Parts: sequence; C-alpha cells; structure tokens
Amino acid sequence: MSSARDNILQRLRGNRVDLEQPEQNIPPLEAWSAEQRITRFTENQEAVHGEVHTLPADQWIDWLAKELPKRGLHQVLTGTGDTGNQLGASNIESCVFHQYDQPIESWKPELFSQIDVAITGSRCGIAETGTLVLMPDRDEPRLMSLVPPVHIALLDATKLYQSFAEVIEEERWADGLPTNTLLISGPSKTADIEQTLAYGIHGPKQLITLLLV
Amino acid sequence: MNQYQAFYQRIDKALQNDQLRRNFRSAMDGIRERRLAQFPDDRELQTLRFQAKGIRNRSLSRQAELLERLETKLTENGIQVHWAETPLQANARIHEILEAEQATSVVKGKSMVSEETDLNHYLEQRGIEVIESDLGEYILQMAQEPPSHIIVPAIHKNRFEVAELFQKFHPEQPYTDDVDELTGCARQVLRKKFAYADAGISGVNFAVAETGTLCLVENEGNGRLSTTAPRIHIAITGIEKVVEKLSDVPPLLEILTKSATGQPITTYFNMISRPRQPGEKDGPEQVHLVLLDNGRSRIRNDDELLDTLRCIRCGSCMNHCPVYVHVGGHAYGTTYPGPIGILLEPQRLGIDKVGSLTSACTLCGACGEVCPVRIPLPKLINRLRAEAVEATPGDNGVPGTGALRSRSEALIWKLWKQIYTRSRIYSAFKYLATRLRHIKPPISNGWTRYRPIPTPSSKPLSELARQQGYDDE
Ligand code: SF4
Repeated sequence: MSSARDNILQRLRGNRVDLEQPEQNIPPLEAWSAEQRITRFTENQEAVHGEVHTLPADQWIDWLAKELPKRGLHQVLTGTGDTGNQLGASNIESCVFHQYDQPIESWKPELFSQIDVAITGSRCGIAETGTLVLMPDRDEPRLMSLVPPVHIALLDATKLYQSFAEVIEEERWADGLPTNTLLISGPSKTADIEQTLAYGIHGPKQLITLLLV
Repeated sequence: MNQYQAFYQRIDKALQNDQLRRNFRSAMDGIRERRLAQFPDDRELQTLRFQAKGIRNRSLSRQAELLERLETKLTENGIQVHWAETPLQANARIHEILEAEQATSVVKGKSMVSEETDLNHYLEQRGIEVIESDLGEYILQMAQEPPSHIIVPAIHKNRFEVAELFQKFHPEQPYTDDVDELTGCARQVLRKKFAYADAGISGVNFAVAETGTLCLVENEGNGRLSTTAPRIHIAITGIEKVVEKLSDVPPLLEILTKSATGQPITTYFNMISRPRQPGEKDGPEQVHLVLLDNGRSRIRNDDELLDTLRCIRCGSCMNHCPVYVHVGGHAYGTTYPGPIGILLEPQRLGIDKVGSLTSACTLCGACGEVCPVRIPLPKLINRLRAEAVEATPGDNGVPGTGALRSRSEALIWKLWKQIYTRSRIYSAFKYLATRLRHIKPPISNGWTRYRPIPTPSSKPLSELARQQGYDDE
C-alpha cells in the first residue's frame, strides 16, 4: 500500500511544524552506592510483590535444592546455557529438569500446562524501580519468564544500575537491540476487576530474584 | 434524533444507574490517590512534564523523517511495515496478512487503535476468531460492550457482574465472585487460547526510530503472550506514536505509568525489535507493524489543535474529569471518552458528528493540570466549541466546522453585542433589567430543569461596587 505511505508522508511534510522543545536538564540522581542499590532494588521489588533473596554467588544451587522441594516445585524448566547446564548437572531431589532445547512448536501444550517453575539468568537490574532486565536468546527463550507459574531469576549484584536511562547508556542500547528486551518488575498482575490487585493473571504468579553478591 | 439528543439520552441513562456511578466513583478516587502518591514533589513533577512535552514535540516536529527512519530500521530488523490512511485500509491489510498465512484464530493484547478501526468485527465477519486477552477487554468481549476507559476498560463492571459473565460463558468453571478466583479462572480459559492461536495482535506505546523497536507497556503479561506465543505478530498503532531515540523512552515511560495507574513502572515493559532469529526457539516468525493515520496528519493543520497529538494515552485526564467521573465512558459514545475524547473525536470524526461532546466540559481545568505532556485540554476544548459555531468555516482542518451553529443563539449574541458595546443602550438595558427583574422567560430545559431561574439583583453591579467603596469600575 505504497500510495497510503506516500500520501501520509506528503501530508506530514506539507504540514511542517516546529514546536517548542523545552527540554529540561533533569538534575542527575545522586549516585547510590552498591549497597544502596541493593537495598533499593530489594525494597522496590518487594513493594510489587516480588521476592528477593541475597545470596553469595556460589550458593544459588544450594538455595534451590532447599527451596524447590519445599515449595512443591518439581517440574523445572531450564535454559541451555550455563545456568541451565549447572542445574541439569545438579542433583536436586524430587526435581525433574526440562531443558528448553526444542522450538516451542513441538511442545507448546506441555509448556503451558506442565511446568511448575522456570529458572533463568538476567542481563542486569534497575534499582530505582526494582526491575529485572532480560534479553531472552537461544539459550533462554522468551516464554521461559512468562508461561510457568513461578519464575526464578538470577541477578549479579554488580550489574545493578540505578536507572533505566543509565542502562540504555551504559549498555549502549542505541547501537541496536536483540529480538526482545524485557523489563520485569514483579509478578504478572491485574486490577481490572474492581481495581483489586490479583496476581498471576497471564504470567508468573511469583517472581523470585536471587541476587548474587 | 440529533447528536445532542442522543448524547443527552446516554448521559441520562448513565446518571440513573447508581451502581455504575458508584463503580466509577470509587475506582477514580483510588487511581487519583495512587497517582498523587507517585508525585510527592510538585517541582519534580513539573520538570518531568516539561521534559515529556519537549520529547513529544520534537517527535511531532520531525514526524515524517522519523517515520521513514522507523520504517528503514524496522525493515532492516526484519519487521514488515504497512501504512494505512483509513481504518478500513488498516483492517483490510491485517486481514490480508492473516489470510496469506491461513491464520484463523487471533489473540489480542490491548489496543485502543484497533478499537478505533473496529478491527474485531471486521475480522469476525470474515470468519476469524478473535479473543481479547487483557482481562478487562475479555470481560467486555463477553458482555459485548466497548471499553469505558482507555486504561481500565471494564472499570464500570463490579465483580458480581463479572462473575455472572463468567458463569454464562464458562459454565464448566465453578461460580465465584472472588476476584482472585475469577482471575484464576480467566488464566485457565485464556491459556488455552494462547496455546493454539495463529496470530497475535497488539498495540504499541512507543515506536523507537533509532533502533526500530516497538515498546509495549502492560501489567498482565497478555501483551507479551500475544506477541510471543503465536507464529505471527501484528502490531497496530497511530503514526504519532513514533519517538526519535531510545533515551526518549525512560522519561516518557515513567510519567506514563505514574500518571496512568500510579505505578513507578508497570510489571512488563516489552521491547520488540525483530522476529524470531535463526536458532531462537520461540517468538513469532513474522512481525508486522501497521501505521494508521486516520485523520492524525490532518490535525497538524492547526497550530493550536496539533497539541492533541502529543497525547500518550495515559487516561489521567478522564480520571480527574468531574463529568467523566459521573457519567462514565460509554455516555460519550466514542472510542476515546473523557477530555481527550472531547478533544480528539470531533477532530477525527467531525464536529457535525460528535461536536456535541464539547458541551460535556465544565472548563474546570483539572485535565490540563494533570496531563503529563501538558496538553492545554481546557483551552483546546474551548477552541473546538468556537469552531463548532463558527459562522464562516475556513479551511483549518477540523471537519464539520460551524455545524452546531444555531441561528437563534447567534442572534441573541449579536443583539447582546449591540447592547454591550454602546454605553447609552447599555445604561437603558441596566435600568430595565433591574426594574423588570421579576419578569423571567419561562425556560425549562438545561440548567433550569432542576433549578429556579435566578432573579437579577435590584441594583447593577457597578452601583453595588460603588456602594462598597470601589470607585473604579
Ligand atoms: S490528553 Fe494528556 S492526560 Fe489525557 S490521556 Fe492524553 S496524555 Fe493522558
């Protein structure tokens, strides 16, 4: 429909406008220390019903080994990357590990109905809003953080940025973005019925961040 | 029935529905409080509003260039771009895409632009199953009603009404009016749809020209599912949604979510830049973007009214509108209700069709004060009122200018002008009006239907002022 395109662009060019652009220089936030970022991230994530556990970097598998059976999470979805491989090699009692190693088309119904929890890594975090940043890829596909009722994400505490703007700049996002980039702040929720909050409407009902220090 | 009568009838109906008014009142009070809590420092809020306005103005000033850049970038990334001047063109294009891929079922994320084009009906008439997946939109789809709010579409329904709908449409699920259980029920029902739908259709909150990225703001995850689980994703948006740079996004996102629902950020901010790449195991094989004009480029004709296009659809203006809060969204009878609807719809559909909406404004100014991109809504609504009764319609782009001009009203104002601008006649008028003040015209509509006509004072204001010691009129 190239004619529609040309007509629209022509009209836009015909009506050239030059609007005032009162761009303000917002004073930058005072810089937070590493501890402050951890505190803010945790507070903000918890404020939206997320769970955060701060752990030494080498203890996350131990944590899972303890918590997964306790919480009744048996069918565990992992990626094919490092995190997934370490998990697969671990021997967590009562857990069955499923690696997301096939295209979704071949196992969609199982993913939608049989997985209890998915465990992924994350790209970085944002302290100001308590946000996890994910860039799903071949090893950790997009639906992992979305379809299972519980999502557990590992986050390296040294990758906690202060603000979204800082992430875009420091990680040079303007140079190009991958297929999908996600900001996740808390579990899926809705307030569509009487403005009452309810969790897990479409995505995970629980979001657990393991903050590795 | 003329448009005024139809409009007033809808208002009457809404006002007589106590349940509806209670539902709106409590919802709007809640949202307003939550918004306010996000802006504890007014100075910061004002700075943020100026910044957001600046970003939107920059995008609008360079819109043609940015749209072309967006198209180039998206195409490079493998996303197919389509242009539509009219709702029909947009719907037809989407249908073509679906047909070419033999797609017969669609799940939809929330999209006001698709409401604008009435896409669901168009596709359903052509044998395609369309399921709304936003909980509010799904409730409305069962009820066969349009949204009554652009952010919380089913705000007018309480949980008992929702429970009844679920019982009617999903008798296999046990009856419940508990919000948590209803949500769980919706999850079950809609999951099945996501698992087999061929295509997902979504809106777009910001389209970033710099990187060719479509950004979606949501809490539920249905937007993510619609854009990830099916093999085709079609996004539809208005041409004004383009922004220049990624760094434009954080300030807009912040003020959008804080203004809309009082959240510092939504659960999900979903940025889509490509279809599924080789080796990736999920995500759609095809991603399309449909750019809809539908009168938007025409709105730019007018230096003042083009501020309308800055809108980021946060819904804050309706949450704060005393008229909207009382009558609700359906009374307006248009896709967009509330102050932004009053401003946008007559420009889009014509004053001759929906110009009467401009009467549903008290000019209290609340909407203009809360608008995150500083659209001077009250001023522009007033401007449209003037356009509606314009005697010599010029070519300024608003369709139907002058359509609501009434001869008698014009005559009265003309007469008044004659009186008011001639001091001798005005003195005589004052004398008569104060002496004959008990003779009042028997008007029994509008304001005077429920209230007595006030009696003019026995002395003119100028005299009263002098008595009070003011010497200068
Ligand atoms: S006009 Fe302003 S307040 Fe109303 S929806 Fe648009 S951006 Fe929000």
